[in-house]
Amino acid sequence: MTTAEIGRARLRKEDAHLITGRSRYTDNITLPGMLHLAMVRSPFAHAKITAVDVSAAKASPGVVAVLTGADVADEQGNVPNVWPVTADQKAPAFPSIAVDEVAFAGEVVACIVARSAAAARDAVELVDVSYDELPVVMDLEEAFTDTVLAHSSLDSNLSATWVFDSGEAGTGKPIREALDNAEVLIERTFYQQRLIPAFMEPRSIVVDPTSEQITMWTSTQVPHIVRLMLALTLGIPESKVRVIAPDVGGGFGGKLTVTPEEFITLMAARRVGKPCKYTETRSESLQAGHHGRAQVQRLKLSATKEGIVTGLDVNLLADMGAYLGLIGSGIPILGAFMYNAIYKFPAYRLECNNIFTNKAWTGAYRGAGRPEATFAIERMMDELAVELGMDPLELREKNWIKHDEFPFTTVAGLEYDSGNYEAATAKALELFDYDALRAEQARRRETNDTVQLGIGISTFTEMCGLAPSRVLGALSYGAGGWEHAQVRVLPSGNVEVVTGVSPHGQGHETAWSQLVADKLGVPFENVEVLHGDTQVSQRGMDTYGSRSLVVGGMAVLAAADKVIEKAKVVAAHLMEASEEDLEFTDGKFSVKGTDQSTSLGEIALATFAAHNLPDGFEPNLDSDATFDPQNFSYPHGTHLAAIEVDTETGRVSIRKYVCVDDVGVVVNPLIVEGQVHGGLAQGIAQALYEEAVYDEAGTLVTGSFVDYLVPSAPDLPHYTTGRTQTPSTTNQLGVKGVGEAGTIASTPAIVNGVLDAVRHLGVKDIKMPCSPSRVWAALEEAKTTGGVQ
Amino acid sequence: MIPSAFDYAAPATVAEALDLLAAAGDDVKLLAGGQSLIPVMKLRLADPAMVIDLGRIGELSGVRDDGDALLIGAMTPHHQVATDSLIATHLPLLAKAAATVADPQVRHRGTFGGALVHADPAGDLPAPVLAADATFILAGPAGERRVGAADFFQGYFTTAVADGEILTHIRVPKYTGWGAHYEKFTRVAQQWSIVAVAAMVRVEGGTIAEARIGLTNMASTPVRATAVEQALAGAPMTRDAIAAASVHAAEGTDPASDLNGDAAYRRHLAEVLTRRAVIAAAGL
Repeated sequence: MTTAEIGRARLRKEDAHLITGRSRYTDNITLPGMLHLAMVRSPFAHAKITAVDVSAAKASPGVVAVLTGADVADEQGNVPNVWPVTADQKAPAFPSIAVDEVAFAGEVVACIVARSAAAARDAVELVDVSYDELPVVMDLEEAFTDTVLAHSSLDSNLSATWVFDSGEAGTGKPIREALDNAEVLIERTFYQQRLIPAFMEPRSIVVDPTSEQITMWTSTQVPHIVRLMLALTLGIPESKVRVIAPDVGGGFGGKLTVTPEEFITLMAARRVGKPCKYTETRSESLQAGHHGRAQVQRLKLSATKEGIVTGLDVNLLADMGAYLGLIGSGIPILGAFMYNAIYKFPAYRLECNNIFTNKAWTGAYRGAGRPEATFAIERMMDELAVELGMDPLELREKNWIKHDEFPFTTVAGLEYDSGNYEAATAKALELFDYDALRAEQARRRETNDTVQLGIGISTFTEMCGLAPSRVLGALSYGAGGWEHAQVRVLPSGNVEVVTGVSPHGQGHETAWSQLVADKLGVPFENVEVLHGDTQVSQRGMDTYGSRSLVVGGMAVLAAADKVIEKAKVVAAHLMEASEEDLEFTDGKFSVKGTDQSTSLGEIALATFAAHNLPDGFEPNLDSDATFDPQNFSYPHGTHLAAIEVDTETGRVSIRKYVCVDDVGVVVNPLIVEGQVHGGLAQGIAQALYEEAVYDEAGTLVTGSFVDYLVPSAPDLPHYTTGRTQTPSTTNQLGVKGVGEAGTIASTPAIVNGVLDAVRHLGVKDIKMPCSPSRVWAALEEAKTTGGVQ
Repeated sequence: MIPSAFDYAAPATVAEALDLLAAAGDDVKLLAGGQSLIPVMKLRLADPAMVIDLGRIGELSGVRDDGDALLIGAMTPHHQVATDSLIATHLPLLAKAAATVADPQVRHRGTFGGALVHADPAGDLPAPVLAADATFILAGPAGERRVGAADFFQGYFTTAVADGEILTHIRVPKYTGWGAHYEKFTRVAQQWSIVAVAAMVRVEGGTIAEARIGLTNMASTPVRATAVEQALAGAPMTRDAIAAASVHAAEGTDPASDLNGDAAYRRHLAEVLTRRAVIAAAGL
């Protein structure tokens, strides 16, 4: 078989229609008689609702209906959480429209249904809601003390405590022993600030209730999950709901959820019997879409004087916000298996406390648990290197898993199938010019230059390709991790591929076409990829966790394999040969040792005609396959950042950023490059720019892009990217996930670089984002607390 | 992002606009480039009953030579200010400051006069205009009125423009041959200034004969760094002398604290950025 397509930097099939404005986002959809929704949201972070007077709103021109929590109390159920991380996990009821109490500013208290979006918006101000304000708890560490409760229905802010202990799990030694016998013990606390997944397309929903089957268009990553949750929550048979994700403008985990607004739009449409549309404003998106990160991480790392790590103890406070969203409770657990990272730690314990506050609820955000873990351990390795006076790369190398030790079972119980940390690091060093930059750093320190230079290192791996269903079961997740695909060879010889994953910018149509073109020997252009509509793609687990290629792509290949097997039967029949004598190359079956052959297209046409087929052969060249991965995928890499800190202003600049990522076999280098660039941008954004800030009363201060600083192209450096290729051994192509790698790796690289630049001036730590004012304040504080001038 | 309903008029002349303004009562807003007004209306932070659009009044746009000054129409877009050849020759400070406003889209829609009347303390045009001692020409029911820059900016988003008046032109004295620099400090490219410094210097031989310095976002209005200007007058054109003078940059300022930095940080930035701005303006 040729491999003409795999590895080829194909331009994306998707781009022409996106670039030329022929896209169809949910908000572009207009149906006859469609009504418009606007939400009335609580201005208070915690309050009892004592009365909701909708009379003036109902009388407002164009208003068709107003729904309050009381109106829908019997039908709305609760926004579901499908990840009870412990058997005794506690969660408050989460009605889509608040009934008695609101627990964060932005929570929906009523919904206007009107003939125009303007009429709906005007009526929002006419709904008179009476609130009795309740005390708010905004700070995560304070919430853990239970002095103020985020919900009056709960007696504690603690939702669950989840523990992993390598001594108990049998995957390593007990942590106590390691800490007690530590020659060197490093203790640090890190703050993962709250971030907002600032996808470009705000969320939008259209529901058409006018036919037998209710249809919902929604800007989501997970149409299949939304469909199931709508059915389970609102008591509609699954077969009566069709969910379509049309063009979706980014998600980053922020659309890996099912939202109150989806339930509300469906309830409203069902009630008025007409199509309804809801499109959020950017302010609503920032305020009431789910947020990410938001953890306090307390770590203890024990090591020998030679720099061999002997144990790691992690205590997490994880901010759930006001409610448990679909999978928010499990996000920190996804990181729990990654704190040991690429290293051979003999002992490990993690305790995670999931805690409620009066903020927007949290959920997946690019990397989901793994960036937090990677940040913490990569910061700790630098801290240990400083403590021991050792080069941070040398320290890492002493502890990492060597190439010849794979497959390697880690202290967290995962089996890493492959990796070559030495090769990725060597290549990164070559691209970076490490020694020259270290020399320049020394010169700048000596001359007391106002601009100091730091080198930030991050050697990372991550677990992605979610996920083996048995593992998810062991983690109490409410579903499997398989993926589904169909491959159909049409009578013309063109191929239709149906995938269960749901793209929102990734380029699946292109990559899947490449996979199938190679597998079936058909031209790239002759492959059509269908997705994102539960009526077309009946089964799927959708897109998140860098799973599409390593799980969904493998399902496509498995389905294509089945088609080849089917076609072989027909080919043997048509050529009057034995199946064992056939070989399939470049889209043709040929009889070994002869010049006799028949193409897949000819077989497809013959199968369609069905005039001359083997007895009992089903006349189609269609196949279904469901692929359940046996293991996660473990991409890894080495990221090096040269960071300049202007000590006069505190400004941080990225002078050079080198990353060498190992994502196994690459299907499309252009798409991989794009994923790496975008991932880096979001990781750098956490290090330097973004933070969701609330005031003491519970109002989101960063409620627009004026204050929530998403960097744009001028704020980011040129990246020097490289790759090593260590194929995964657990899938047929040797591919690994790439969607989150850049985000996971880059944050600690930047912060390590900032600290490396100013540590000699007495600065010990700087909270993210490392804004100029924070860096300057840290420098000033170091001066007064006796840091070296 | 839908504003409240409002009435709209688009007059063709200043006289017509003044009549409409007089008839509209209190609850009226003048629309220039709309880069601030439209967003606040969409957020319903402003809901005027009437909006008078000045965009069709041709006489309000453009730059012309007016002897010892340039006369800049209030409706001249930032992009034109940033690229106009008269401004480049006689008022390079204005060109440099205008080029830092927001992004290209905003610079093509947003206007010089609109930004000045909006009087955002973090806006980039007020400080250069103050440093240049510009004169604001206002049209009103009783005729024309002129206000100096020192009296024009009165507080947060507040200017000397009275009800019923329209800013028509800004008359800015020429500073031909002066060195100029606008040093803007932001966290991301598309952001209002955390602090910025507008500096002009006239150099004679190896000496700074005269300096004019305006500070952005160091108080509720733009402020002149008078103490620095005095210290620089007659000072040698050296980095040390400029640094010594810049120590006074924050004197008399009253900066706010926000997510981008507290008042102490802003005072510190004022000093650093003043030094850098003057050094750049002097061509050192």
